[in-house]
Amino acid sequence: MSTSQVILPWLICITAACLVVGLVWGFFFTQDDFRQGSTVKIIYLHVPSALMAINAWLMMLVASLIWLIRRHHVSALAAKAAAPIGLVMTLIALFTGAIWGKPIWNTYWAPDPRLMSFMFLLFCYVGYIALWEAVDDVDAAADMTSILCLVGSVFALLSRYAFIFWDRGLHQEASLSLDKETNIANEFYYPLLICMAGFVLLFITLVLVRTRTEIRSRRIRALMARERMA
Amino acid sequence: MIALLLRDVRLAIRAGGGFGLSLMFFLILVNLVPFGVGPNNELLSRIAPGILWLGALLACLLSLDRILALDYEDGSLDLLATAPIPLEGVVTMKALAHWITTGLPLTLAAPTLGVLLNLPGSAYGWLAISLLIGTPALSIIGTFGASLTVGLKRGGLLLSLLVLPLYVPTLIYGGEVVRRGAEGASTQTALMMLGGITAGCMALIPFAAAAAIRVGLR
Repeated sequence: MSTSQVILPWLICITAACLVVGLVWGFFFTQDDFRQGSTVKIIYLHVPSALMAINAWLMMLVASLIWLIRRHHVSALAAKAAAPIGLVMTLIALFTGAIWGKPIWNTYWAPDPRLMSFMFLLFCYVGYIALWEAVDDVDAAADMTSILCLVGSVFALLSRYAFIFWDRGLHQEASLSLDKETNIANEFYYPLLICMAGFVLLFITLVLVRTRTEIRSRRIRALMARERMA
Repeated sequence: MIALLLRDVRLAIRAGGGFGLSLMFFLILVNLVPFGVGPNNELLSRIAPGILWLGALLACLLSLDRILALDYEDGSLDLLATAPIPLEGVVTMKALAHWITTGLPLTLAAPTLGVLLNLPGSAYGWLAISLLIGTPALSIIGTFGASLTVGLKRGGLLLSLLVLPLYVPTLIYGGEVVRRGAEGASTQTALMMLGGITAGCMALIPFAAAAAIRVGLR
């Protein structure tokens, strides 16, 4: 708590600076793409949020493992705190992708492996959060959700490869995803990097704030329990 | 363990359980599909593999919360958890009992229902084989979901929310086997992946499910 209290103001400042610089640079000081026009600028929201949607789950997986192995309470609370953020990141990635897809692919949604994987990730987050809400006992909830997170990760990987298999099996021409990283010009690349750093920092900041809230609420609950005993 | 298996199967069949219900649900669901998509035989035969797999999956889902809920309510789950046989074995037997009373009847009934959906002739064998290989995975994954929600008040809805995403790989490969079989293409890869998922689930999921039950009973 004391460490996070010291670094949190600095972290907020750096996050804001990165996001403002990256987004303003990306939105206003880069040229339009010669084929996609100004729609290419969605990339500054789409790619970083997609990055964090996946990495938030990865962070939850690590935190769940730490909870299961070392029984570190803050770890379980951090995993709980990260889930809604990951859910929102997934939603942002899906919505910006749909908005981007309409002018470029002429459709909001296509049964493409990447799109389906993100929908799957969304369901994983929803199930995880729902299980946290459903179990009353805090430690039992942490255990249950950790087990779900481990099993869910395995199935997320399985599904990812199943989606790739399924799509190639069905229709060849459906590889709609533009491979953005390889054919991106430097002009788009640097602001994108700053945006990605900004989203990573934003995630860390939000997780810290939310974990602090969780710790405080648990302290309050403990205090109230002690009051009642006395 | 055999005694436990026989007990669960007997209970499911006798005590007005989901035995006939999920089968009837499957039958009705498959019969409702033409009403939804229109009386178009060509379209029906094209979507029949997916509908049959999806129907089997949903019928399987219906009876999942009965795997552990009844035993939890009357306390026999506590006895089983403290019994000399490992809880992982109990979970496996419960999943097997669920498969015998749900997955196996569905597998046997599916080719008959294929007729109703105008399934192409070459697909019947693959439908039966893919369901035979794939439905054990559905049962065991469902047992995992049931063990996560054991003892929760509104466990049923949550159970479907947790389990349905986990069914995705099985559904993809199972549907793919039948679809490729219907088109006369090679089904080997999809069939092997389906078998791999089932074998992997049978080997690993009981440990996760037993861990979840131990937490739930704590």
